[in-house]
Amino acid sequence: MDFEALSSCASSGACIVTQISTALIIGALLFMVASGLSLIFGVLGVINFAHGAFYMAGAYFAYAAYQATGSFLIAFVTGALGVGIVGVIFERFIMSRVYGKDVLMQLLVCYATILIFDDLVKMIVGADYKMMGMPDAFALPPFEFAGGFIPPYYVFMVVMSLSIGAGLWFVIERTRLGKIVRALAINPRMVGALGINTMMLYAVVFGFGSVLAGVAGALAAPTRTLTPGMGLSILIESFIVTVIGGMGSIGGALVAALLIGFIRAFGAIGFPLFVDGIMFGMMALVLIIKPSGLFGREPAR
Amino acid sequence: MMKSGIRRDLLVAFLALAVFVALPFVYTKPALRDFLVYVMAYGLLAMSLNLLVGLTGLVSFGHAAYFASGAYMFGLLMQTGRFSIPLAMLVTFVGTALVSLVIGAICVRLKEIYFSFITLAFQMFIHSIILTWVSLTGGDQGLRGGIPRPPFLGVDLSDSTTLYVFCVVVFVICVTVMRQIWQSPFGYTLRLVRDNPVRAMFLGVNVARVKLGIFVLAGAMASVGGMLLALFVSGAYPEFGFWTTSGEAIFMIMLGGTQLFFGPIIGAVLLRLLEHFVSIYTEYHGLVLGLVILIIVLGLRQGVADYVVEWLRRRKETRQASSDKTSVADAKVVEREAI
Repeated sequence: MDFEALSSCASSGACIVTQISTALIIGALLFMVASGLSLIFGVLGVINFAHGAFYMAGAYFAYAAYQATGSFLIAFVTGALGVGIVGVIFERFIMSRVYGKDVLMQLLVCYATILIFDDLVKMIVGADYKMMGMPDAFALPPFEFAGGFIPPYYVFMVVMSLSIGAGLWFVIERTRLGKIVRALAINPRMVGALGINTMMLYAVVFGFGSVLAGVAGALAAPTRTLTPGMGLSILIESFIVTVIGGMGSIGGALVAALLIGFIRAFGAIGFPLFVDGIMFGMMALVLIIKPSGLFGREPAR
Repeated sequence: MMKSGIRRDLLVAFLALAVFVALPFVYTKPALRDFLVYVMAYGLLAMSLNLLVGLTGLVSFGHAAYFASGAYMFGLLMQTGRFSIPLAMLVTFVGTALVSLVIGAICVRLKEIYFSFITLAFQMFIHSIILTWVSLTGGDQGLRGGIPRPPFLGVDLSDSTTLYVFCVVVFVICVTVMRQIWQSPFGYTLRLVRDNPVRAMFLGVNVARVKLGIFVLAGAMASVGGMLLALFVSGAYPEFGFWTTSGEAIFMIMLGGTQLFFGPIIGAVLLRLLEHFVSIYTEYHGLVLGLVILIIVLGLRQGVADYVVEWLRRRKETRQASSDKTSVADAKVVEREAI
């Protein structure tokens, strides 16, 4: 523990602003990945272990499109839609065949998919680190705030993530489609009996969850180095987020994602060796005290 | 009945011991010995995992954590120079059991896919400890400096043949122990917990405690696999505790079948062979492996060996049914004639 570094950071406005903005973008990315994971689990009852691979795919799609066109908008849309299509294909041809089967089979198909994705990236793009670089549209002078500087792109990321989160909440809680999806999570046979195509709805939900991972990947691409296997750490972290926040709760995912973001950003200064330990410790604590998560309604057992 | 079962198991164990020890003398290339030690180490990992998956219905996706813990703890203890090999193995065994007790106490409270994910998360935690605690573990370079093999009780493991025989003996002992668990009343309690936890609870079984018990046992057994590998390669690497190792163990179980006791060993042999031949032709063996898994899972929808066993049983049943039918028909004819 290095409290000196922490307190010296706390006494400087610039450092605080930098770390808070870092915390916010980590939280924003985690929130999008975790809410996709949580949505798929909440409705389909499967945990998509390949979700991290989708995030990676989103980043690489965006990278490729940006290299080809130089337009960030096209890169972003390619990342989101590309992963959405991949997600629907994955759901239709692979995942849907193991619904209700052994957990072992679900694990194996996801394991296989991650292996294939990682190797495809190595094959097509190469195993070395890739940098997409900041898009020209965001090559603006950074905002100055309390002596610290915030890149405009960070602001864009956080706003995007929050508005997507709000949109997701609105669709699920306030629209007819959201009502059907919620019903599907509770009683799929009844929903089917009412003449709704549940198979298609599953594909839509899965596809939408994948789009969230793709958006996160595409948004992360300008700020992160791209490597095959980059999806795994965010998968684990977003799982921690969903456990702490409660599976199926969007608000909970947001709070927990920000919490993890702050732990990571400030932990990097004060206690870099213990960041993982604290995250896992918190997850364990939540599981012991309140297994349904801080904001979860139903128990997870 | 029970006694003769144990006697038979011991007989099989001695036979296996003899076969394993004899193999490298029949085919003397060192490649075979390496292959067999790898199969034994990963076989222990997969077999101990199957105590959870096949016997108890707990699909752990983080079992390699205990494999790595075994390798690192053993390596570090040996590097202090104050432990003999058997003592270090014993301490590592108990140490890993304690680690899996702590992790298991949290994990067994969860069911099914939740359980899988949280075991994976804890494995990644242990992996990240290995990576970040560089001064102790050597980080991503692995445990450096080699693992000394001081002689004990007149056994000198620096001789490669002795080392191999030692590995075989340890392996056979562990498998025999696991076989006893598999056949014991405790093993049948585990099957009950797998098939009907509610009923087990009503019969007075403390489900959580039983699950924790097998979790700890399986973790400790996996550590033996890690120790063998560390001893053999004279080092420990973070890959031992990476999620792909757990994935491989699960794939081994699926190749070999969850309901056969020896299934995971068959799976370990098959997977090692597959990887060996694939890596000759392409560097992208993850891609090939992934495709093979998808084809098997989506094609058969169950483990390969489970599929074969079921197919054989079905064939036997249909044969029996048809022969039953003819005998019933015969009986009817006889009856009628009698009338």
